[in-house]
Amino acid sequence: MSIKTLLCSSALMAATAGVAFAETEVQWWHAMGGANGERVNKIAEDFNATQSDYKVVPVYKGNYTETMTAAIAAFRAKEHPQIVQVFEVGTATMMAAKGAIYPVEKLMKDAGEAFDGDAFLPAVVSYYETPEGELLSMPFNSSTPVMWYNKDALDAAGAAVPTTWDEVQETAQKLVDNGMDCGVSFGWQSWVMVENFSAWHNIGMGTKENGFAGFDTEFSFNNEAVAARLDGIAAMTDGNLFKYGGRRGDSLPMFTNGECGMWMNSSAYYGSIKSQAEFEFGQTMLPLDTSVADAPQNSIIGGATLWVLEGHESEEYKGTAQFLTYLSSPEVQAWWHQETGYVPITTAAYELSKEQGFYESNPGTDTAIQQLSLNTPTPNSRGLRFGNFVQVRDVINEELEAVWAGDKSATDALNAAAERGNTLLRKFERSAK
Amino acid sequence: MLKRVHFPSSPLPYLLVAPQLAITLVFFIWPASQAMYQSFLIEDAFGLGSEFVWFENFQVLWGDQHYLDAFWRTGIFSLLVAALSMGVALILAGFAQRVVRGAMVYRTLLIWPYAVAPVLAGALWVFMFNPTLGIFPYFLDFVGIDWNHYLNGNQAMALVILAAAWKQVAYNFLFYLAAMQSIPNSVIEAAAIDGAGPGRRFFSIILPLISPTTFFLLVINMVYAFFETFGIIHAVTQGGPGTSTTILVYKVFNDGFVGLDLGGSAAQSVILMVLVIAMTVVQFRYVERKVEY
Amino acid sequence: MVERRPLTSLLTHFVLVLGVIAIALPIWITFVAATHDQFRMNQVPLPLWPGTHLWDNLNQTLFGAGLSGTEGAPVWLMLLNSLAMAMMISLGKIAISLLSAFAIVYFRFPFRMTCFWMIFITLMLPVEVRILPTFEVVANLGMLNSYWGLSIPLIASATATFMFRQVFLTVPDEMLESARIDGAGPMRFFFDILLPLSRTNIAALFVILFIFGWNQYLWPLLITTDTSMTTIVMSIKQMLEAAEQSPQWNIIMTTALLAMIPPIFVVISMQKLFVQGLTETDK
Repeated sequence: MSIKTLLCSSALMAATAGVAFAETEVQWWHAMGGANGERVNKIAEDFNATQSDYKVVPVYKGNYTETMTAAIAAFRAKEHPQIVQVFEVGTATMMAAKGAIYPVEKLMKDAGEAFDGDAFLPAVVSYYETPEGELLSMPFNSSTPVMWYNKDALDAAGAAVPTTWDEVQETAQKLVDNGMDCGVSFGWQSWVMVENFSAWHNIGMGTKENGFAGFDTEFSFNNEAVAARLDGIAAMTDGNLFKYGGRRGDSLPMFTNGECGMWMNSSAYYGSIKSQAEFEFGQTMLPLDTSVADAPQNSIIGGATLWVLEGHESEEYKGTAQFLTYLSSPEVQAWWHQETGYVPITTAAYELSKEQGFYESNPGTDTAIQQLSLNTPTPNSRGLRFGNFVQVRDVINEELEAVWAGDKSATDALNAAAERGNTLLRKFERSAK
Repeated sequence: MLKRVHFPSSPLPYLLVAPQLAITLVFFIWPASQAMYQSFLIEDAFGLGSEFVWFENFQVLWGDQHYLDAFWRTGIFSLLVAALSMGVALILAGFAQRVVRGAMVYRTLLIWPYAVAPVLAGALWVFMFNPTLGIFPYFLDFVGIDWNHYLNGNQAMALVILAAAWKQVAYNFLFYLAAMQSIPNSVIEAAAIDGAGPGRRFFSIILPLISPTTFFLLVINMVYAFFETFGIIHAVTQGGPGTSTTILVYKVFNDGFVGLDLGGSAAQSVILMVLVIAMTVVQFRYVERKVEY
Repeated sequence: MVERRPLTSLLTHFVLVLGVIAIALPIWITFVAATHDQFRMNQVPLPLWPGTHLWDNLNQTLFGAGLSGTEGAPVWLMLLNSLAMAMMISLGKIAISLLSAFAIVYFRFPFRMTCFWMIFITLMLPVEVRILPTFEVVANLGMLNSYWGLSIPLIASATATFMFRQVFLTVPDEMLESARIDGAGPMRFFFDILLPLSRTNIAALFVILFIFGWNQYLWPLLITTDTSMTTIVMSIKQMLEAAEQSPQWNIIMTTALLAMIPPIFVVISMQKLFVQGLTETDK
């Protein structure tokens, strides 16, 4: 194409005008749209400005699934980037692709970059480590579910901020009695109500340390503790104590418009809620189910990490390693954390944010980190490593919706979900050989 | 189907079909046959290791009640989408070709929705029917309907049918209008002189004369409903609640593109293709006979 | 029109106005959303009447930080890419489909039905469903990040061929007979008789294909990695997919309105062709 050649060459000339020597290019495919996309660009630009050997080029490749599929398609055609952002449920798929991924810790060592595994927040990185503790991918945007509450509504109903599920139920009743449309709602139900409920109460979601110890894992989330809690929530649909509002973040407007007084979902909704809620709001830790555990364990993260793909020149990997060092530096991490609401990945960045007085001027924003680092992660709360987990989450969504609609008991639904999920796990086990 | 009269044979027709055949071979037959081969494999997403399993992927599907249920759902969905979008388009085109004053305005406004990008169309419908924010639930509330398509499967199905049909009305309208306008005025005038009113002219003259277009649109709309609606479903309901809006192609898309289960997804698309080829053959054999060319 | 009766005329307008209201409502909502500020677009109930922020939104979209995260490509370049892709798809598909439909309808040759069905089965599987193998083919041919890669795989579809077949079948056989008596060869017949006869259909198809090409999302997203190849619809989606932030509806809808202008322009200019056909005294 002549137009294209023309455009390309003029763009190229413009780009090379200022730089006399060749820079090694590092492609970074990401899934950050909107304002976060701009922040991603800023990080890359700032890094490029710090040195002149390497140039990180961020490329937006759609949402999480689109980005991951694009990278895989590109890998199959040998046209893949050095760095790709993959969401947490894709971890098992990425990890199983032994010849395709370059573990981050190994990359850092090979490239001679300083790397201290102890500098990272354990609850954040443990999700992405091998059982031996080698870091596979670099956490980038991580969050964890918290409980958001409408402070004005709670005060008006004369209710305190609940800390247990019993209190959640009481508070929901008070809110509804006081004229609210609904008491509590949540989004990302598999993540919040099954995955994190299990970790928070230190019960396993699957055998083999939630899949960390082998792909021959089986689901065990169809246990009495989870079933009883889900039945309890389903019973709350009477009188609108609980109202279901969709699979992902679809129920956000229910909370920000004052329809529901409590909402459990990602801590990263801080910015949205702040800009939309016309009431005073707060965030607190997830409620405890006192019939399951006496004290909470720790919650697990969601979000995405940066994976490095095999098959490039060592010079490019040097640039990649340097960039990852830059990315995990306290200044960049603290800035990213404070701008976006995602949790910082290093202790130093957390300390820096404290020093800068961020949590004092934005009360509640450290709930996520405190919740994540409440205790040293156990095999039940370290994270999840299940294959085909995107589809498993769909299965859980489908079965839970049957519970909310009153078509199934929680036990039946969870048994069905576990059975269908196990089929998917077996299929993954065979493909990952 | 062939003209009774045709040109003598020569190398010319081969030259004429060559460009399309070449593109079809390279960009359709080749990748599609690779997909077909994939349906016999269990393979990891990166293509690093694979196992040839013969018909296992297919057997798994036949044993899956959720998959079998999707057949019914797809049938109902496709029929309703095709009927709704073609019916509305036919009525509107029938009236639109009669008007003289404001014709441009009507037509432009009716075709306009087609210009909405599908990625946005899904979001628009979510926006209008959001149980909390949406305009429609707000009004439905006054007539006593509690709209929550996140929980009510029938409402969710109605919503995706509406959204999918809406997207196609403009397309059908455009072709019906083009077809009606290529009917010679003399034919209609002759009927009018014979005393046929607008209604009768429509049913006894226009409708039969545009039957090739109706046949064309029937095939296109069925194919559209069967294959090209996954984007809308993905944006609006993600197949839920439960599995109440999971139609076959959404499952292919979701298992393959989202879930990266390449073998299982490929097996589903092979089944889907066989099904639609069979349906199309039936349409050509039996429905096209009733078409007057 | 043949006769004018006030009552039927009234009914006609009534039905059409009703149809326009039902069909164009989402467009209206797009417009309304583009005239409010972000805060208003997340409050119950959503507005049905335009607000006062259209200029602010337009200004922000065109000159401010509107198209978030796509600084790599200026808006004019995205529009140009979309235009190139849409034109290549629509013109390319119309050209090859006219030729192959002509061959299939007007010639009898060995393997005619084989050709027909080979082309026809491409109706069955949209590119998104076979996207990974198709991507591999395009990558192997070195067509990533090019207009060819953007457009040609999307041309591999039979809808247009099917449509022209239907149109050609309605052309009276006498036309061909008289052309042959006049001694016209096949190509002469094609250019002098068939093309003018299918004019309204070509126009309709051009509108459809242009918009189809213009609105492509998944395919361009996969095969372009160079920001200078970004299309306008990709940038809209990028703003919609804002993870845990709530989307800036006002800016998204303003961009969506802007992105609709070229397709609407095509619709309106092609409209003239239909109207022309209508006003001719006898066809």
